[in-house]
Amino acid sequence: MVTMTYGEAAKNALHEEMQRDPTVWALGEDLRRGGVFGQYKGLPELYGPDRISDAPISEAAIMGVAVGAALSGTRPVVEMRFADFALCAVDELVNQAAKARYMFGGQAKVPIVVREPMGMWRSSAAQHSQSLESWYTHIPGLVVVCPSSPVDNYGLLKSAIRCDDPVVYMEHKNLWALEGEVDNNDPLPLGRCRFLRKGEDITLVSWSATVHEAMAAAETLTGEGASVEVIDLRTLWPWDKERVFDSVKKTGRLIVAHESVQAGGFGAEIAATVSDVLFGDLKAPVKRLGAPRVPIAYAPPLEDTVRVTAVMIAECARALMKE
Amino acid sequence: MTADPRAPAAARNLDLDRLLAHHKLMWRIRAFEEAALRANTEKLVLGAIHPSIGQEGIAVGVCSNLRTDDILASTHRGHGHTLAKGANPTAMMRELLGREGGTSHGKGGSMHIADFSVGMLGANGVVAANIHITAGAAHAIKLRGEDRVACSIFGDGAINRGPFLEGLNWAKVFELPALFVCEDNGYASTTRTADMTAGKGPAARAEAIGLPAMEVDGNDVVALDEAVRDAVAAIRAGGGPRFINAKTYRLTGHTAADPDGYRARDDVAAAWKRCPITRLAQALADAGVRGDQLAAHERDAIEEMDAVYDDAKAAPWPPLDRAFADVQDIGDPRKDAY
Repeated sequence: MVTMTYGEAAKNALHEEMQRDPTVWALGEDLRRGGVFGQYKGLPELYGPDRISDAPISEAAIMGVAVGAALSGTRPVVEMRFADFALCAVDELVNQAAKARYMFGGQAKVPIVVREPMGMWRSSAAQHSQSLESWYTHIPGLVVVCPSSPVDNYGLLKSAIRCDDPVVYMEHKNLWALEGEVDNNDPLPLGRCRFLRKGEDITLVSWSATVHEAMAAAETLTGEGASVEVIDLRTLWPWDKERVFDSVKKTGRLIVAHESVQAGGFGAEIAATVSDVLFGDLKAPVKRLGAPRVPIAYAPPLEDTVRVTAVMIAECARALMKE
Repeated sequence: MTADPRAPAAARNLDLDRLLAHHKLMWRIRAFEEAALRANTEKLVLGAIHPSIGQEGIAVGVCSNLRTDDILASTHRGHGHTLAKGANPTAMMRELLGREGGTSHGKGGSMHIADFSVGMLGANGVVAANIHITAGAAHAIKLRGEDRVACSIFGDGAINRGPFLEGLNWAKVFELPALFVCEDNGYASTTRTADMTAGKGPAARAEAIGLPAMEVDGNDVVALDEAVRDAVAAIRAGGGPRFINAKTYRLTGHTAADPDGYRARDDVAAAWKRCPITRLAQALADAGVRGDQLAAHERDAIEEMDAVYDDAKAAPWPPLDRAFADVQDIGDPRKDAY
């Protein structure tokens, strides 16, 4: 049992995977200085400039080079710095990485991990704060992962690196310093959710930083006598439908909470699927809690207007439990 | 001393066996494209095809200097490149017709034709996208300490997209074993490239990024063969990336469906006289090669590609479950499509 931060957990995972597999290498801007969030600190000294590689501010080239290098026998870990910047490389991710295996009839796979730090963080405003995970769930060929804790960031990054598919790996910028216990050295399975709390009355599904809001809400609700189940989805595609179904069958109530814009968010996919499959088991309508469809503002009070908070989740849950 | 291109072959030290092979391969590409156009007319190719008729010299001049394990990444106009890299035309034609046994099992078609077994990493439907993929392949070659070379061939329209700058810069910064060849046919889709391009053109831009760059007549396969041979030798020796701008002319429309109304008929007719096959045939005839030997290349190529087309027509459609295969391992749509 070791305590480490969310950022250190990812660094340790990458370090161990690079040690295990000489074809793994990382490329991105400022990696030789340890990465913009320090998430590569120490690795340049251990692995040299070939395997922890700097890059020009050319996101499209970083992603496109990774695709070519993945088609040629290496396993690149791509650092996009901010998920917002990965939009400069959407052709390379969506038209190339996600399509190459299919359109070339399975002649090759594209084993890349695309690290896209996401989410609201310290007044970063409209171009450095977005949560765009739902976009990638829409693209056949991609796996989408959004870890919420050190233990998951460690185990899921390991699995993402070992996975032969292109994985969009979205770490939340506000979680880098979060400490937690990492209790194993093994990869964690992609596509499996984690039950953070078992309960009987209502199911809260979330991912990334909003998981911590859901847990805080559950704490409050438990104090009020409710029994709350909290599921951290961890992988958005493929999402762990069966376990979510099992939970909602039991509780009959579901709230999906996420930081990203609610309209067209991945909560809509979960809500629609659960409403369709479990219509007869539901005691209340499935609820989504996401951000309003506005860009993220700079001033903290304005920024806060788009946040999904524990208070909002608890309030929504109380209303549902009256039904 | 620079040999006079009009001088007899012996005076230019031409390797006649090599040039006869080039002549034969250019005819095979021409005949493949003609068969593909026929398949389009007969509505057996339903998607877009971009014929390379008139540009065969570049496919042959470049690919004949690449080893099978060297990498090539191509464009939407990639049939000739793929054939010249060593792919099997039967599998290629089946792919164009979307049939079982196609290079991509009928899932890619003309614009995504690929044969990884001969180092051909795919035609690409997005202009300039192959430049990054080539830089990436070259990066992997360098990381692995191999002596292979990665090459991309793209059109002159590609120099106005970001990957031209980003990919060439990358290749130079990391001194990668990459050859970039611009197949400069003067048109970006159906628009004159010169009308939409500032500055002095592809080679000047490449030079500005620090790549040794040269202009070659891409319809003179003898000259291009030499230029590519020298460039590949320098790259393989660790000399870093190089750039060749090969001037050519597309003798058909942009796609099989393009009536080519934007070019004067006289210009196209004049260009046919400069076609790389005609020019090499003339050089070979001047060098004493018999006309019937050259005619046999044409006849054999047409016969071969007619048979290839007949085979593709008779081939079955792929099984329907193929639509769900080779998407991804985690979240495999055969179990998890919705």
